Amino acid sequence: MSAIPLIPNQTNSPDEPWSLPSRGRIAMYSLIIGECAIFTIFVVAYIYYIGRSLTGPTPKEVLDVPIFNTICLLSSSLTIWLAERSLERNKIKLFGAWWGLTWLLGVIFLVGTGMEWHKLIYRDGLTISTNLFGTTFYSLVGLHAFHVTVGSLMLLIVLIFTLKGKIREEHSERIQVLALYWHFVDAVWVVVFTLVYILGR
Amino acid sequence: MADRTIPIEGTLDLTPPPVDQQTWLETVHEWVTTVDHKKLGLLYMMLSIFFLLVGGVEALAIRIQLAVPNNHFLAPDTYNRLFTMHGTTMVFLVGMPFLFGFTNYIVPLQIGARDMAFPRLNAFSFWMTLFGGLMLYYSFLGGSGLYGVGNAPDVGWWAYAPLTARAFSPGNATDYWALSLIVTGVGTLGGAINTIATVICMRCKGMTLMRMPLFAWLMLVVSGLLLITITPLTAAQIMLSIDRYLGGHFFDTQAGGSAVVWMHFFWIFGHPEVYVLVFPAFGIASEVIPVFSRKAIFGYPAMVAASVGIGFISLGVWAHHMFTVGMTSVSNAFFVLSTMLVGVPTGIKLFNWLATMWGGKIRFKVPMLFCTAFLFQFLIAGLTGIMLSIAPWDWQLHNSYFVVAHFHYMLVGAIVFNIFSGIYYWYPKATGRMMSETLGKWHFWLFLIGFHMTFDLMHVVGVDGMPRSIYTYEADRGWAHLNMIISIGGFIQAIAVLIFAYNLFWSYYRGREAGSDPWDAWTLEWSTSSPPPVYNFAVPPEVKSRRPLWDIKHPEDPDWKYE
Repeated sequence: MSAIPLIPNQTNSPDEPWSLPSRGRIAMYSLIIGECAIFTIFVVAYIYYIGRSLTGPTPKEVLDVPIFNTICLLSSSLTIWLAERSLERNKIKLFGAWWGLTWLLGVIFLVGTGMEWHKLIYRDGLTISTNLFGTTFYSLVGLHAFHVTVGSLMLLIVLIFTLKGKIREEHSERIQVLALYWHFVDAVWVVVFTLVYILGR
Repeated sequence: MADRTIPIEGTLDLTPPPVDQQTWLETVHEWVTTVDHKKLGLLYMMLSIFFLLVGGVEALAIRIQLAVPNNHFLAPDTYNRLFTMHGTTMVFLVGMPFLFGFTNYIVPLQIGARDMAFPRLNAFSFWMTLFGGLMLYYSFLGGSGLYGVGNAPDVGWWAYAPLTARAFSPGNATDYWALSLIVTGVGTLGGAINTIATVICMRCKGMTLMRMPLFAWLMLVVSGLLLITITPLTAAQIMLSIDRYLGGHFFDTQAGGSAVVWMHFFWIFGHPEVYVLVFPAFGIASEVIPVFSRKAIFGYPAMVAASVGIGFISLGVWAHHMFTVGMTSVSNAFFVLSTMLVGVPTGIKLFNWLATMWGGKIRFKVPMLFCTAFLFQFLIAGLTGIMLSIAPWDWQLHNSYFVVAHFHYMLVGAIVFNIFSGIYYWYPKATGRMMSETLGKWHFWLFLIGFHMTFDLMHVVGVDGMPRSIYTYEADRGWAHLNMIISIGGFIQAIAVLIFAYNLFWSYYRGREAGSDPWDAWTLEWSTSSPPPVYNFAVPPEVKSRRPLWDIKHPEDPDWKYE
């Protein structure tokens, strides 16, 4: 054993508390760290390729700032937090309402993205293979939209369970783990939005 | 002394299990549907031993081709496929499954848990890895190439752009490569998340982080490292697939894309990956060396700090693979210095292992033999690494056999040696039988001799100017005799591995009964029966020090008095 005593001599009495963090939370944090690395690579690629397209259209010509979409997605972080809090206080009906609103805001965001892409593809002629901007734009925004889609599906599953009356206060922790993922998806949008629609335009 | 107190009273359910004769189909069904961490650990191990043999055969074919000048044993395009598949197989289907095999089997036992944190995620991760591997190998049959014949990836395991573009790699071989790495990557990510959650949330009472066995510590660090290294690879493979399938331009230089960006993304994954592979070897050494030197590990806190330090530094060294690309001198200097910095925590680890052995009562059983060889070879591999980290030296020797020798010294001399050590060490725990020492010593000495014949001389042909990945060479280059010896060494290693494989089977049926604690060891996995019951511990253990079994065996002088 090393000569340096690290921990003061402990006697493990049987009543000494031994608590460890929740594995669901730790796993979700780990997943989020991993996802952050994926997004970092795509964000770096986006930054590196800004202005390197050899042909048009350029971001300035075709991109509109999706303010309504952004407000919807960011406020869904607030509504999901209100839902978590309602569940902790065992107000199941209120939980269902906030949770449903969260899901709705997520879906509105996805529909908004779909409309934006429809406009870009059919009116502006920008596809993923048009130029470097198209490649990096669709892959970064698409990767984020994919995460919103997965999140919305999970929200929908919980919503169905809520409507069938299966969600109780004891599920609070699992719901919070799921909400962590949703908060992460929202936080990524802040980065993507700033980069794609403000700095990169 | 082993049987006096072990298994600890009360840790086992002593009622005899009901005798049930399973049919063959029931046994298969049980293994396919299992979520038990021990079974999955063994499945991972079998997967990687299988692919070790496959990758080894590929290496032997490469060595036959290079044994004599102007050889045409293989066709040139087959040769390219073989070295690509050899590299990809050894890294993704041998090294990483070994990592998760050991983690799965050992870590829950060491930290006194009954299973991993997420057993079903564990099974999912294993099957993703297996099917990723099968998909990679299916490309031999299914990946139609230039002339519509079956074709495996032939772009090198680093797959530099623009060679991977549709124009230069037609057919689907490269797509199989990219997709199978995404699939195994999902499995790896699942395994890493599971390991982190297990180590952080499943420790038994009293097992504080600073009392955890070093093996569990290293697996925690390695899983953290995997979270941020395997995902960039996945991202890069997604980009490659977008380029190949959807006409994207990430790595398309004609549309303003950049091939160097691929190199950065690949090595951001690729260099930490080496540390991902070597950390299990460190973990095994940190368990085996103390037990066979009869001393507690020297400088435990320094070992933990060094592991975390290596993990951090390894994230900032990737571009030392790219000195010849033509980066700015500032970035060259940065990556030279950061690479050299890795030597500091690594040196701490080496000295601590040596200090553990110093003055110990060393028992040179087979696991310890492999670990001792590991110490020496790991030192050499580290020193050639420092040489290659010096940018001008690297300009001279980049893409030569010197580099091949360097990283094989690390991958074989350090990692494979310690994987063998770990298998000899924990085999009695998993099967209840000792592996044959005689066969083990044959395995060790043949493998050691073959290893040094092969990889020592590769340094020499590298300095003599032989480039890596070449198909064949002229007779007047002066490489012929050395290459012949290198190839013979390869075959000696192959014989050694066959002896090892035979030993695995022979010992399973004929090996000596091991008992719970054959090595008189100190960590919790030896406190339960061999093989452990499904539930591991009937009563969750409680520990007071880093060596809980020492405390039980020596109640007059327990470790916790000194903590």
